Amino acid sequence: MNSPIELQPDETFVLNVGPQHPATHGVLRVKMEMNGEYIVNAETVIGYIHRMHEKMGETKTYPQFLMNLSRMDYLGALGYSHGHVLVVEKAAGIEVPERAEYIRAIMVELNRIASHLFWFGAFVMDLGGFSPLMYALQDREYILDMLEAVTGSRLTYCYFRFGGLYNDIDDEFIAAARSFIPRMRKSLKKYDKLVTGNVIFRKRLEGIAPLSKEMCRKYGASSAVARGSGINFDVRKNEPYSVYPEFDFDVPVFHECDSLARYNVRMAEMEQSLRIIEQGLDKLPDGPIMPAKKPKLIKPPAGDYYQAVETARGSFGIRLVSDGGKIPYRLKLRSPTYSNMHLFDEACRGMMIMDALAFMGSLDLVIPEIDR
Amino acid sequence: MICEKTKLALQNLFPAPVAEEVPAEDTGEEKDKKAPKQPRLNGLLECDYAVHGYHLDAQVAPDQLLNAVTILDESEFFLESITGVDWIKDNQLEVVYDFCRYDFDLCRVVIRTRVDREKPSVPTITGIFAGANWHERETHEFFGIKFAGHPHLVPLLLPEDADFHPLLKDFKA
Repeated sequence: MNSPIELQPDETFVLNVGPQHPATHGVLRVKMEMNGEYIVNAETVIGYIHRMHEKMGETKTYPQFLMNLSRMDYLGALGYSHGHVLVVEKAAGIEVPERAEYIRAIMVELNRIASHLFWFGAFVMDLGGFSPLMYALQDREYILDMLEAVTGSRLTYCYFRFGGLYNDIDDEFIAAARSFIPRMRKSLKKYDKLVTGNVIFRKRLEGIAPLSKEMCRKYGASSAVARGSGINFDVRKNEPYSVYPEFDFDVPVFHECDSLARYNVRMAEMEQSLRIIEQGLDKLPDGPIMPAKKPKLIKPPAGDYYQAVETARGSFGIRLVSDGGKIPYRLKLRSPTYSNMHLFDEACRGMMIMDALAFMGSLDLVIPEIDR
Repeated sequence: MICEKTKLALQNLFPAPVAEEVPAEDTGEEKDKKAPKQPRLNGLLECDYAVHGYHLDAQVAPDQLLNAVTILDESEFFLESITGVDWIKDNQLEVVYDFCRYDFDLCRVVIRTRVDREKPSVPTITGIFAGANWHERETHEFFGIKFAGHPHLVPLLLPEDADFHPLLKDFKA
């Protein structure tokens, strides 16, 4: 009964990580074939919270589908809504007032910082440091309060409308955003001092999980995963949309290809988002937030339309096939984490398990967004 | 630049190249009347980027698919996504491949292929783009399209014993 379990030197065993495991940040399961502490092979199992948004897209009218997009990614929801309204506006030929586009960009960037802050806290917590999460959440709370006052919700926003916005921003919001910028800059310095130079932190990330450019391309990786591997690709720059060409900002690219590079990219991105918000507030034009002639019924002409946007997690693409009716014929949602997560199986072979979990954290996973 | 090159390379796939300029505005109305009756023929279209969001649109026969994807792979395109569309009136299923490049010389390419709705089968491209694996599994479970040669064609997002294809237009829950 109590006979000891002995493994032969070459014998492997299967380890189930998840579906309920804190390191997977949601219901994600990875079947890992292990040789001691080393991963021989891995198979990611997804779909535990699949909700079939694409079928819902085929059964609801265009305005009815607006709120679905923010249920995809609960951390950076506005970026996804932005892609959706842009593709429908492009298809149906709806003009958007300039003020609305500026407010959209400011909101999306605020949301991007909130998303990166949560990732930062959770990532450091994955590696064993608890307190940075508390600092990060404090700053994030500030953003969520600002967004809540304007949009009406804290996470699952339904703020964008075809042609404009649901609500204009007021002086209170502008004052809060203006005071947030120096506060966040101070915080970023604090995070840098607190975490980036930490020896334990660096040892767990430096040189770990190198992703080659070729591998990123084969899997279609984007966001910090690609930019940490020396690929200068940001949809806001490469395929400018909305009012992003008006802003002066940089795309941080790191060439080390390791987990630390992906961390560095996201930390540097927050500063760039602050710059966009700053310029957006300076340039914010007066005017209406909805077009004067609002279409009663949205019926894009038959055809295919594609729009990509840069969300907090990477290049989000939305393909709309219209047959001229008031309901989309087909709506495909290309989620960035889906492609980023896909390369995990191949990249983690031969890695130690705790390195693989640190690598998983550096991918910035949001599971509902993979499963859709 | 790269768009021109890719266009020329893709045009070689079609014996009698039909390169039509798609006028921006009238496409909608024209397609409205024609599309339901006559499915589109294979060929390469140059699209207005401002209207559609992509530059090149190539419809190939399933046996030409690998050649087309190889051309894009050699020009360093990356795979955005693979999806399907159910054209139930034509009794056809369409598989759509989206490609883009990590470059400031922007070029978005759509490769599409149409197969018979009764026996939908296209060759897998996992041999060229490893990242096509999940996308093809997803398209397989949602549309019932078989990707011949795929290493592990089992449901991905749906339960593992799912034998239904929810994105088909005649699917009843």
